[in-house]
Amino acid sequence: MMTLVPRSDFSLLSANPGLVYLDSAATSQKPRAVLDAMNDFYETDYANPHRGAYALSARATERYAVARAAIARFFGVKDPECVILTRGTTDSLNAVASAWGRANVRAGDEIIVTGAEHHANFVPWQQIAIERGARFTICPLTSEGQADVEALAGLASRRTKVIAFNHVSNVLGAINPVSEIAAIARGVGALSVCDGAQGAPHMPVRFDALGVDIYAASAHKMLGPMGSGVLIGRREILEAMPPYQTGGDMIASVGDERTTWNVLPHKLEAGTPNVAGAVGLAAACDYLTAIGMDAVAAHERALVRYAYERVSAIDDVRVHGPSALERSGVLSFTVGEIHPHDLATVLDERGICIRAGHHCAQPLMRRLGVAATARASFYVYNDENDVELLVSAIESAKRVFALA
Amino acid sequence: MADTSALYQEVILDHNRRPRNYGPLADATVEERGINPLCGDELTLWLRMDGDRIADASFLGSGCAISRASASMMTGLVKGMTRAEADLLIERFRELATGKGVMDDLPPALRAFAGVARLPQRVKCAVLPWHTLHSALEGGRAPGGPGASGSDARERGARE
Repeated sequence: MMTLVPRSDFSLLSANPGLVYLDSAATSQKPRAVLDAMNDFYETDYANPHRGAYALSARATERYAVARAAIARFFGVKDPECVILTRGTTDSLNAVASAWGRANVRAGDEIIVTGAEHHANFVPWQQIAIERGARFTICPLTSEGQADVEALAGLASRRTKVIAFNHVSNVLGAINPVSEIAAIARGVGALSVCDGAQGAPHMPVRFDALGVDIYAASAHKMLGPMGSGVLIGRREILEAMPPYQTGGDMIASVGDERTTWNVLPHKLEAGTPNVAGAVGLAAACDYLTAIGMDAVAAHERALVRYAYERVSAIDDVRVHGPSALERSGVLSFTVGEIHPHDLATVLDERGICIRAGHHCAQPLMRRLGVAATARASFYVYNDENDVELLVSAIESAKRVFALA
Repeated sequence: MADTSALYQEVILDHNRRPRNYGPLADATVEERGINPLCGDELTLWLRMDGDRIADASFLGSGCAISRASASMMTGLVKGMTRAEADLLIERFRELATGKGVMDDLPPALRAFAGVARLPQRVKCAVLPWHTLHSALEGGRAPGGPGASGSDARERGARE
């Protein structure tokens, strides 16, 4: 199995042929097409958009609109005005928790999250529940790390105002049944909020067909730049949602006593937008679309299946999460009593980049009964050889720590 | 890439496998908790103070080989020291771990930690027990008292 795209598309990987980058769940490397698109915006059409007193500003406005349209196409959203451009998934989820949550969650209401959430889809809801005097309920997981849908259906009631869950677990790679969970939320009149940070980069997402109310994702995990992301919502939800931040661009008119809001998407994008970030994300969407998201998903599934077999066959290794057939390109594991940080340091000596620690998911770590795990994650520029190098480095770490 | 073979020396591996002074101290007078928010590693340190002198010390915690070996050696070394002597050793160790130290000033076992200075992401592992000791000596609480685990010794400026 070869890489899905040439490593030479990625300047950093070309410049470091010995580097085995297995941390794409934290952030992905950038193809030259993305960097070129951002640079081109700065070099040819750069001005502040939405201030169209001159042609250059109009061109910048156009670049921003074209980028939004491309991003909307990628996410299967017919109405680009329902794609709010944010700083990333954390920003998007905080916007919904604080703006929608403050307007709609009252004392005695309930917010449900799953036990496998990244802190970005856990802490904002926990905090808004504390602030509003609402109950904060954690939905149990199946043995494979997905939300337990049966348990969720039992928990959800008319008091439930929000059900927040991940598309794909950043630790386990477990894939949640998004539409099923969204249907449970709809059944009780709750808002369904899906953290797509680990979903959108790795499999096709058609927002309009998912049935979920809110979907959030980050550009930097899907070949795009840091500091850019999306908050996608159904129009009636976004229309009714109060602004998250106020300031320039998001107003219709500002009186001495009161202010009226601009239309979507501007109402939810206060201040000068990150146009270069949007242009970069759009270029990443185009790059991924050219490969085909089905091909991306197939490549990763094949690779993670191979990695699962090879890594779990090593003595003393425990792989966490679902079986090889049911997971996205993430492999979390522990090796005997070797602390994941020590393992990562030994692997780093061989040029292998993995993540070690709690992966910003301490509630899940408690449920798994581990303090930390090592995590290897795969993307379009990885191949079987990367897995082989990982396996031999784990064997070598075992020798350092006298396990072999 | 880092030269880890120099870091994981036998003395560190040995203290990791068989940590000394490991477990709660029954007659402790001070208890302090240290957390490395970067990795979630935790450590509890117990001291039995006899006036100005550390009569006994122990620790317990989940951590990597570096932090565990560091805590194991530290608790052994500070037994019998006065506050001032312990403070000086804390300072010397911090200098060593950040590459500013002079090896000759240090007990030989601690010199094994010189390697972490080349691994910025692991410095915090090595110094966590020492930061915790520093907090314990400055304002540690009686064990089991109110807020015994409320005010943690945290690494400043650690990134998530």
